[in-house]
Amino acid sequence: MGKAQKLVQWDPHNIKEKLLEKYPPKVARKRAKQIMINEALENTTPEIVANVRTIPGIITMRGCTYAGCKGVIMGPTSDVVNLVHGPIGCSFYAWLTRRNQTDGINEGMENYIPYCMSTDMQDSDIIFGGEKKLQAAIQEAYDIFKPKAIAIFATCPVGLIGDDIHAVAKKMKEKFGDCNVFAFSCEGYKGVSQSAGHHIANNQIFTHVVGDTKTEHTEKYKINLLGEYNIGGDGFEIDRILKKCGITNISTFSGNATYDKFAVAGQADLSCVMCHRSINYVADMLETKYGIPWIKINFIGAEATAKSLRKIAKYFDEQELIDRVEEVIAEEMPAVKNAITEVYPRTKGKTAMLFVGGSRAHHYQELFLELGMKTLSAGYEFGHRDDYEGRHVIPNLKVDADSRNIEEIEVEADPVLYRPRKTPEEMAALEKAGVDFKEYEGLNPMMEENTMVVDDLNQYEAEKLVELLKPDLFCAGIKEKFSIQKLGVPMKQLHSYDSGGPYAGFVGAVNFYNEIDRLVNSKVWSYMKAPWQENPELSATYAWE
Amino acid sequence: MLLRHTPKEIKERKALMINPAKTCQPIGAMYASLGIKGCLPHSHGSQGCCSYHRSTLTRHYKEPISAATSSFTEGASVFGGQANLLQAINNIFTVYEPEVIAVHTTCLSETIGDDLPQIFAKAIREKTVPEGKTVLGAGTPSYVGSHVTGFSNMVKAMAALAKEPVKKNGKINLIPGWVEPSDMEELKRLAALVGAKINMFPDTSGVLDGPLNGKYTMYPDGGTPIADIKDSGNAIGTLALGEWCSADAARLLDTKCKVPCSILDMPFGLKATDRFIDALRIVAGRSVPEEISVERGKLVDMISDMHQYFYGKKVALVGDPDQLIAMTEFLVSIDMCPIHIITGTPGKKFEKRIKEITKDMGREVNVKAKGDMFLLHQWMKNEPVDLLIGNTYCKYIARDEDVPFVRWGFPILDRQGHQHFPTVGYKGGLRLLEKILGVLLDRKDRDDPEEVFELVL
Repeated sequence: MGKAQKLVQWDPHNIKEKLLEKYPPKVARKRAKQIMINEALENTTPEIVANVRTIPGIITMRGCTYAGCKGVIMGPTSDVVNLVHGPIGCSFYAWLTRRNQTDGINEGMENYIPYCMSTDMQDSDIIFGGEKKLQAAIQEAYDIFKPKAIAIFATCPVGLIGDDIHAVAKKMKEKFGDCNVFAFSCEGYKGVSQSAGHHIANNQIFTHVVGDTKTEHTEKYKINLLGEYNIGGDGFEIDRILKKCGITNISTFSGNATYDKFAVAGQADLSCVMCHRSINYVADMLETKYGIPWIKINFIGAEATAKSLRKIAKYFDEQELIDRVEEVIAEEMPAVKNAITEVYPRTKGKTAMLFVGGSRAHHYQELFLELGMKTLSAGYEFGHRDDYEGRHVIPNLKVDADSRNIEEIEVEADPVLYRPRKTPEEMAALEKAGVDFKEYEGLNPMMEENTMVVDDLNQYEAEKLVELLKPDLFCAGIKEKFSIQKLGVPMKQLHSYDSGGPYAGFVGAVNFYNEIDRLVNSKVWSYMKAPWQENPELSATYAWE
Repeated sequence: MLLRHTPKEIKERKALMINPAKTCQPIGAMYASLGIKGCLPHSHGSQGCCSYHRSTLTRHYKEPISAATSSFTEGASVFGGQANLLQAINNIFTVYEPEVIAVHTTCLSETIGDDLPQIFAKAIREKTVPEGKTVLGAGTPSYVGSHVTGFSNMVKAMAALAKEPVKKNGKINLIPGWVEPSDMEELKRLAALVGAKINMFPDTSGVLDGPLNGKYTMYPDGGTPIADIKDSGNAIGTLALGEWCSADAARLLDTKCKVPCSILDMPFGLKATDRFIDALRIVAGRSVPEEISVERGKLVDMISDMHQYFYGKKVALVGDPDQLIAMTEFLVSIDMCPIHIITGTPGKKFEKRIKEITKDMGREVNVKAKGDMFLLHQWMKNEPVDLLIGNTYCKYIARDEDVPFVRWGFPILDRQGHQHFPTVGYKGGLRLLEKILGVLLDRKDRDDPEEVFELVL
């Protein structure tokens, strides 16, 4: 692993050609549209094809709809019993494997996160149907745990054999009276990735939970934090900062969430969207039904955090809050500055690649900018075109055959609860002042010209990119980690954070700087060759004195 | 308390599984496939399964686990996945160039009834499978059995590749069952010491315990060559370790190729290793070298040296049936008391076998096949134990109940060493004892009052 090998300056078009040359013609044609060279064009960004079916046999990084629904959106919620209707695997693999932290750890609070519950379908359930077993399992869960809610998740065979999980849920909800039971048709084969599962989860949470509360929030500056899952304590750090600023986060979807925190979302003054991909549906529905506007924010990166806080303060437009936010930024920044001053000389000029789910491949570029590192290539597993190119392309998006059956629900303004948070004049003034509502500019504008954006990266392309571009750091998930590291390139997991974190907010930025410094400067990468491999020629024999 | 909603009072559950002591078939098939040289496992279903299985194996081994998937969409789920699999086979051989593709199924493709042999025949007919390359497959419906069943089904599919016997090759087929790469390595070492010529499959040593040297090869040097698997029909006999993991394959070789077989327990602990070595020497017609007898003597020595810390200690155990049977026997043989034993894998024989092994322990044993860790935890609340042995998920119980805990089995997600240091054989026995003593004596050192705190134990 000599740095001296890193001479070749590749033309991105050459690299794209290299990536495609081994493919069968049909595959090459398809992949060509999902690999984009970020070029500045007249007023437009180049198009990319995304959210399309995975090529069989290509060794994708993607997961399924169930993972997007149960694993991502519902998994972090502590006081809802998540019951998986299917054979045992789906529930087993989603058991504590995403690092959603919760503070629901105190006696008297409900916390079902360490439990894995399943109907463990057997062949007889496949043959004769599993509704009876599901009903019995719901009853048993209710009898043992007495939870306030039970969520049911469908897996692949459930849809095929025709179990009506929604009817069972409804029946049991009526029977119990004090326990909300609702179901998610998130069979793994739906859509083309985790993304469909997000959508399904959004719809059902909005339909069955949002609004079901007696809690009333009367605090000043109430926000919802949408699309933040408290991996490695990110949400804790964001909440710490918000609280310090005097902003009340009444509802996080769904890091450290509880049933009631979902339920009160309709009472916020503003929704702040962190992960656009997974939760933009809820953001839109909250606006339509309750009149809550939403803005895109990003708490990954110290500068991005400061910028997001200022954006929120600007929205509320009160000097007291604006001043407080500036005070907090001024208090937090010195520690950040100290940390970056320390590591910057060792990280500056290094290069990275980021291939993460549906939002982090964008957000983390803020941190790499702060470290003086260049992102050579990035992409999502399951982003849609709007996550790459910005929401302005949404009117042009066509839903293809593979995603057509994902339910779209119609939401209307609530006759009682709908209340515009700002007058149209106020909204216009805010927009003029630079607060973009309902807007997300996507990943592409963040990246330099001639970098490569690759959708649904696969194992072959990952290896090729590393071989050709020789980055100093590769970011993706557990499945990619060890093959990349075998190549002698440090690999940072940006799903699980390699058991580290938090990386959000100011404290998170410092953690991340130190972690990246550790990775790109670790001594281990210099041990790839043994002394006898470095100099295999035996030029002299050892002479004992 | 992490599991504070687990009540002491046990109510019978008929439908709800909580904290399973098993997972589903395909991951076992994927693990077995990785024990074939130059093989890419392939999951015929929707892609979520494949990602989950790869992730779990990766977390367990901290090694790359490659596998492909048919990536079913809703259309394929309704009309069949043949087109997906044919495309996948073509793409895999073109892009990833394995020698072998080992296909397993999921609950999706099994429910819709995709016919693997028919699809393979079509792929071969259409020359999607290049000359000299192999495609094999096993049905692994997730709604039957457990991950152990999936492992067994894939090993059986390997045995099905055995060619009609021509001439005895003088080798013994050794089917090791679902053990770690380090264990497979140890079995090969023991066989070599005895002088028995073996043909072991599957063999994940050299595959899932690879070095870091700046190179990545999808197909490391390890694994059983497909030619050796095909040659298994010419063996003089088969030793199959573990009824649940290995017996089906051994019996198939017996009926198909007339290769006689013996089903042995997995060689964990003293007695099961004794039986393994004894069987090996008899079928190979060799005498056991002194070196192995010395290894055995060392294990017996350690048992006698430290017996006071084992005697009468109560143990809770959870894991897979073949491993549990041997472990229970080992614990009983050193005068420990395994009192709560759970496997998630079904099979009536399991409870019977455990009762037999523990019959002279002087007390009833709680044992259940198709059980779960929720029940195990409840048993532990009703009768506490001195030691818990199981996979990583047990750490939640161990912490809540403050019980010394040894990680053993699958998956181990939070500690290292299992792919490098064996737990089978006499040497493996020494390591197991070292681990057990380690946690028991750490506990003693932590809990002893200062006035009786001891330097020498």
